[in-house]
Amino acid sequence: MAVLSVREKLAILSDAAKYDASCASSGSAKRDSLRSGGIGSTEGSGICHSYAPDGRCISLLKILLTNFCIYDCSYCINRSSSNVRRARFSVDEVVKLTMDFYRRNYIEGLFLSSGVIRSPDETMGEMVEVARRLRIEEKFGGYIHLKTIPEASAELIEMAGLYADRLSINVELPTDEGVKKLAPEKKPETIRLSMAKLRRKIEEKAEPTLRSRKRERFAPGGQSTQMIVGADKTSDDGILRASARLYGSYHLRRVYYSAFSPIPDSSSSLPLQKPPLMREHRLYQADWLMRFYGFSQPEILDGSNDGMLDLAVDPKLAWALRNRGRFPVDVNRAEREALLRVPGLGSRVIDRIIETRRHRRLRLEDVGRICHSVAKVRPFIIAEGWSPGALTDKAGLRQVITRSCEQLSLF
Amino acid sequence: MAKTQLNLAVHLVRLESQTDFAGWRDAARRLATNDIPPEDAAWQVEPDGETRGKDLPAAHADARLVVPRDFIERAETVICHCDPERFGFLYRLLWRLRSEPKLLSIATDPDIRKLEAMEKAVGRDIHKMRAFVRFRKIGEGAEERYVAWFEPEHFIVERNADFFVRRFTGMRWTILTPHASADWDGERLAIGPGAGKRDAPAEDDAEALWRTYFENIFNPARLKVKAMQKEMPKKYWRNLPEASLIPDLIAGADKAASDMIARMPTTPAPHHAKVKAKHWPVPQPANADETENADTIPELRAVAKGCHRCPLWRDATQTVFGEGPENAEVIFVGEQPGDQEDLAGKPFVGPAGKMFDSILDDAAIDRRKVYVTNAVKHFKFEPRGKRRIHSKPNAGEIQACRWWLDKELDLIKPNLVVALGATAAQSLLGKAVPITKMRGDVVERDDGLRVFLTIHPSFILRIREQEDKEAERGRFLSDMRKVRELMGA
Repeated sequence: MAVLSVREKLAILSDAAKYDASCASSGSAKRDSLRSGGIGSTEGSGICHSYAPDGRCISLLKILLTNFCIYDCSYCINRSSSNVRRARFSVDEVVKLTMDFYRRNYIEGLFLSSGVIRSPDETMGEMVEVARRLRIEEKFGGYIHLKTIPEASAELIEMAGLYADRLSINVELPTDEGVKKLAPEKKPETIRLSMAKLRRKIEEKAEPTLRSRKRERFAPGGQSTQMIVGADKTSDDGILRASARLYGSYHLRRVYYSAFSPIPDSSSSLPLQKPPLMREHRLYQADWLMRFYGFSQPEILDGSNDGMLDLAVDPKLAWALRNRGRFPVDVNRAEREALLRVPGLGSRVIDRIIETRRHRRLRLEDVGRICHSVAKVRPFIIAEGWSPGALTDKAGLRQVITRSCEQLSLF
Repeated sequence: MAKTQLNLAVHLVRLESQTDFAGWRDAARRLATNDIPPEDAAWQVEPDGETRGKDLPAAHADARLVVPRDFIERAETVICHCDPERFGFLYRLLWRLRSEPKLLSIATDPDIRKLEAMEKAVGRDIHKMRAFVRFRKIGEGAEERYVAWFEPEHFIVERNADFFVRRFTGMRWTILTPHASADWDGERLAIGPGAGKRDAPAEDDAEALWRTYFENIFNPARLKVKAMQKEMPKKYWRNLPEASLIPDLIAGADKAASDMIARMPTTPAPHHAKVKAKHWPVPQPANADETENADTIPELRAVAKGCHRCPLWRDATQTVFGEGPENAEVIFVGEQPGDQEDLAGKPFVGPAGKMFDSILDDAAIDRRKVYVTNAVKHFKFEPRGKRRIHSKPNAGEIQACRWWLDKELDLIKPNLVVALGATAAQSLLGKAVPITKMRGDVVERDDGLRVFLTIHPSFILRIREQEDKEAERGRFLSDMRKVRELMGA
């Protein structure tokens, strides 16, 4: 094989990495370089250093160590039967690229993943070596996210957690049947066990040790995972059910949803169509409802016919339209939990409402001043001098709202 | 409205710089303590002017001016805004705060809306500067330096410089902007005057690599130009080395995506067959029912790993099989694994397990010599945020899993079985029994096996009152003492 330049390898190995949706560089421990005299910091919220025309944020240098892979997952551009060009970075090359990009402020850090070559330990070992070199030799304080290979040894996972901010293992598909069908060599039961081990490790290390009373460092940014949406037939309800289980069981920071996207040299067993981006967006919104708005998973699609999220309206509005008996809610009196259910009111707006109403009663126009779209909120609230009357139960309410508040278009 | 016409204002405040917060604060204190209303003050930035406060009365020593700490912090942010009216606006807020101390909490007040909007604009500009500054390297070795040209919307360089110090401590760098510059020599931060784009280097070799990355991380099948521009408005593009690629990427996206879709799947890559043969040999057909051949506990445990006898395996992490010596005299049967057991793959290791251990210890029963297991071997739960709420297994699940329990009983042949709670009793006796009424009883099954009935130790954990809890623990301890006596019998 011809010797590839770093630039050629970068082209191949970033192209190979782009189907992983995760890009977060947030939620890790605060850290800077003042004492180490090195390079790099993480300050809680992540920074998106650029945006590609696909609207996705570019925060990390997201690459594979190699796209050679012994697995043959039909949805993956790097599967062993694919005719895609192959390349392999050396540890040196990845370390240098990361530092060169970071010093110029292109990135927040590195998200390193890899195809599995020869053995899981060999591959994981090289990834850990990249992280070790960055932390120890380069005194790198930026963000590191390592994809974890489920079958890798406990010692390697321990070292990965020591150097990385976040570890992740992809469940790939929402059901075990889906994995068996599309990723026949992957073992859903091993993936679960690995996530369970990571959760236990993260919890164990979060306890201060008896002797030093200090917490040992282990993946302070927690663990996350990704599910591909639309490659199999699982409904949104099934996907959200899987997410709720993953959040509850393994305390994931995030579940990423990745609309299945056609890939070069695609397998014939998959739908060849444009990725279902709106569906992906609605899933993220529903995920948000579960994590920050007090919705239980079964509630989100309760009463829907097909277990699919409505593509035309957001899931909170769709839920409210199906549960109008719970409205209107009085913005001057209702509990925070009830306000969180009102379409168009986000948690920060609700904070403001609660603080303001301690001093004065809110009118509809007051709510209009602090929220995004009063048209969406109006039918569901009572305010000083405002009651929606029959509007809440009006038959064509859905149309009234969608027409008057022009849903935020994503395209 | 503040009068900006200098000759109409009674008092003119001269500030040293666009971000002279100390000057604003000093002047505001003088004005407010002398009861000078906002409309009688005008504000001006005069970098080379006379010392500040020349035209202002001294602050009244005995006049107390109390403002919320929060206001000072927010004003410090807003002073960086490029709106020339900001000094007067902030003074107006301060003025209002004297008679409306809760003003900052009234999110619906137009002045507070404006304050928040200005704060947000400055915050966003600060964030975008952290994101979009692009350093270019000059010099090598000891002479190596990184220089950036950036055009912020507001006066944020001073406020943002510390971030770059914390991040790029080990690097010598300079950020040039039209209004100010920041320079870090590895030890000291210096804020200097503004500069021009031409003062910064015009190129950097690394940019070719960065552009390669930008092109290739983009997925043409997901074009969302508006979403990109919302977060990376065009005004920043001229200083981003990757931005000149955007128009072509957008123009070619549709074709690239439809090409991918249209292209026929090809035949597998040449190395694929080799990889398959080496790593994924076709597995030997498994025995129809391996469980028939399992005649030790470890073998049984291995087979149970793949148990799909009921649907509970779907949500659980793993089968949690029994644990203990195969010649144990007594088997303790609980209900089902909980959160911790599900993660660890071992029975009775969570809070209830710890309670159980300590009571066995008090009763002088050696846990290492007994066998512990559960009636149902997968965790059944409802997820609630980050917690898993235990749900009771139903009759079908108990029945399905009884198959394993029977095997365990068969292989170990204990002298006594202890049913911990109703589910265990139901599984062992084949019917639901009133556990509280029959607690402490020994029921002999048709096959002669003696079953001792008691509660599940998690019951003790759920009692809130400390006194009741102790009492219940005591009762459970005496149950365990009875068990110890029965073990020998």
